[in-house]
Amino acid sequence: MANISKRLQKEKIAKLLMQLSGILITGSLFLILGTILYKGLPHMTWEMISQTPKGGFYLGKSGGVLNAIIGSLYLAGLSTILATLIGIPIAIYLHVYVRQGTAISRFSKLLFDVLFGIPSIVYGAIAFSIMVFFGIRASLLGGVITITLLTIPIVVRTLDELLRTIPQDLKHVTASLGATRWESAKVMLKYIRPGLFTALLLAFGRAIGDVAGVMLTTGYSDNIPKYLDEPTATLPLAIFFQLSSPIPEVQGRAYASALILTFLILIIVLCTHFLSSKQKKHQT
Amino acid sequence: MDRRIVKDKLVKNSSALLLGFMLLVVLLIFIGLILKSQPLLESHPLGDILSKSVWAPMKGEFGFLPFILGTVWVTLIALLIAVPLCILAAVYLVEYAEDRLRNMVLPLVNVLAAIPPVLYGVWGVLFVVPVIRDVIAPLFGLQISGYSVFAGGMVLAVMIFPIMMSIMVEVIQTIPQELKAVSLSLGATKWETIQHVILKKARPGIIAAVVLAISRAFGETIAVLMVCGNIPKVPNSLFDAGYPIPALIANNFGEMMSIPLYDAALMFAALLLFIIIFGFNLLSRLILNKLEAPH
Repeated sequence: MANISKRLQKEKIAKLLMQLSGILITGSLFLILGTILYKGLPHMTWEMISQTPKGGFYLGKSGGVLNAIIGSLYLAGLSTILATLIGIPIAIYLHVYVRQGTAISRFSKLLFDVLFGIPSIVYGAIAFSIMVFFGIRASLLGGVITITLLTIPIVVRTLDELLRTIPQDLKHVTASLGATRWESAKVMLKYIRPGLFTALLLAFGRAIGDVAGVMLTTGYSDNIPKYLDEPTATLPLAIFFQLSSPIPEVQGRAYASALILTFLILIIVLCTHFLSSKQKKHQT
Repeated sequence: MDRRIVKDKLVKNSSALLLGFMLLVVLLIFIGLILKSQPLLESHPLGDILSKSVWAPMKGEFGFLPFILGTVWVTLIALLIAVPLCILAAVYLVEYAEDRLRNMVLPLVNVLAAIPPVLYGVWGVLFVVPVIRDVIAPLFGLQISGYSVFAGGMVLAVMIFPIMMSIMVEVIQTIPQELKAVSLSLGATKWETIQHVILKKARPGIIAAVVLAISRAFGETIAVLMVCGNIPKVPNSLFDAGYPIPALIANNFGEMMSIPLYDAALMFAALLLFIIIFGFNLLSRLILNKLEAPH
């Protein structure tokens, strides 16, 4: 105990280490964004986002990645809609119709937690074999189904957390007014509305960024898809393909495409942030 | 009145049906993976598949050891980097930082979670790989391309920051103020309190966070594939190329389906991932649920 100054010194060193770790972790985000911005900006042109690939695009000739941007938006949009249509009823069911703490509610919640962690490559592999079995070629539909499976756990988990914040009183009041459970569920959905959109955005963000799941199931095409059964380009896959090219111009386009994707993701993040702070206000 | 009850019943049954359907899908995925990898398991004993290191599908040799060890290497490197950093930073944010700093840093860390894997891969190729090639490897007197398990581990470390940080911060926040007050009042410094009280009390939660991060790292495909070099050999050092299991599936699926058993071998790889990740996730969720229970 005598060497109090030594102990205080230790405290100082530890604090410094902690601050450094914090800076490193936060800094890594800026390092990633900075790298992509620095490399991508010089290659960014209006052509990139306004045109589909022209002949010789992959040899460095003119064109853009509009096909991949639109393809990704279609894919993520459709999957998010489907995942919502399936996810909301499941979350409602687990909260309104099943009594809390019963085996089925605990088991299902655990299962969705676990499902959330299953990597997309597993979904992709299984979806691919099913498609081969039925003779379906890689297409937008295949991608949508794979990504929907991937995003359902996200929707269910996020909603589950939101529904948990609803005060019991609200449930009791609706019930005492004679509402059926479905009617009371509608009130609850209204209560968590801003959060609901957060869940959708989270799912959308995950869907638009996924590669491993779409790699095998969605294929790639230079055209903007018109029907569900056409192969579709996606932005992450476009980045991946172009980056592995030996031609500098094509690599440059990969950086620019990465910048576009980063931009889309940041918009989603900002919206999510805005909505969740709105949800907090909404509740108090 | 009647119609309202009918509507209620309708919603109840259809949503129960959806839930049942989802449960069925999980079961089907599992059964499908087993069935599809059956041909490989029938012709090769499981022990051989997992322990042999020769990967030559043309000759019918399917040794998974290089891929298993590739995955283990990148995961371990990622953990060695990320776990100490995250613990220190999480403790700092909860115990030392002011609310304003905390409310600024945590959302930023969450942005990391929103960044898609492919962008991590791009960052790995543009930043991590050159740094290893030009700065770190020369320190050891090596001349390499930089595509290595080390690069994979570094990229993965950043990818698991957010999941570990958010859980650790939450866990450390639940530690009662009284415990800290007692330790401090006995004359312990703040750092001693952290070491002997906070970290001890938070241990199950920290373990859960790490296990969850491991399962995340195991399944990460594209980012690791882009920086690891992908050579099917057992890595012997930090700077050797590796070939993790998810990369194996992503690189080869859909091609070379004509080689007998190749398809089954890749499905077996997917099954392996599914079982390991399912198990790890289950474990960490059970720990976390138990921690949440008393509240």
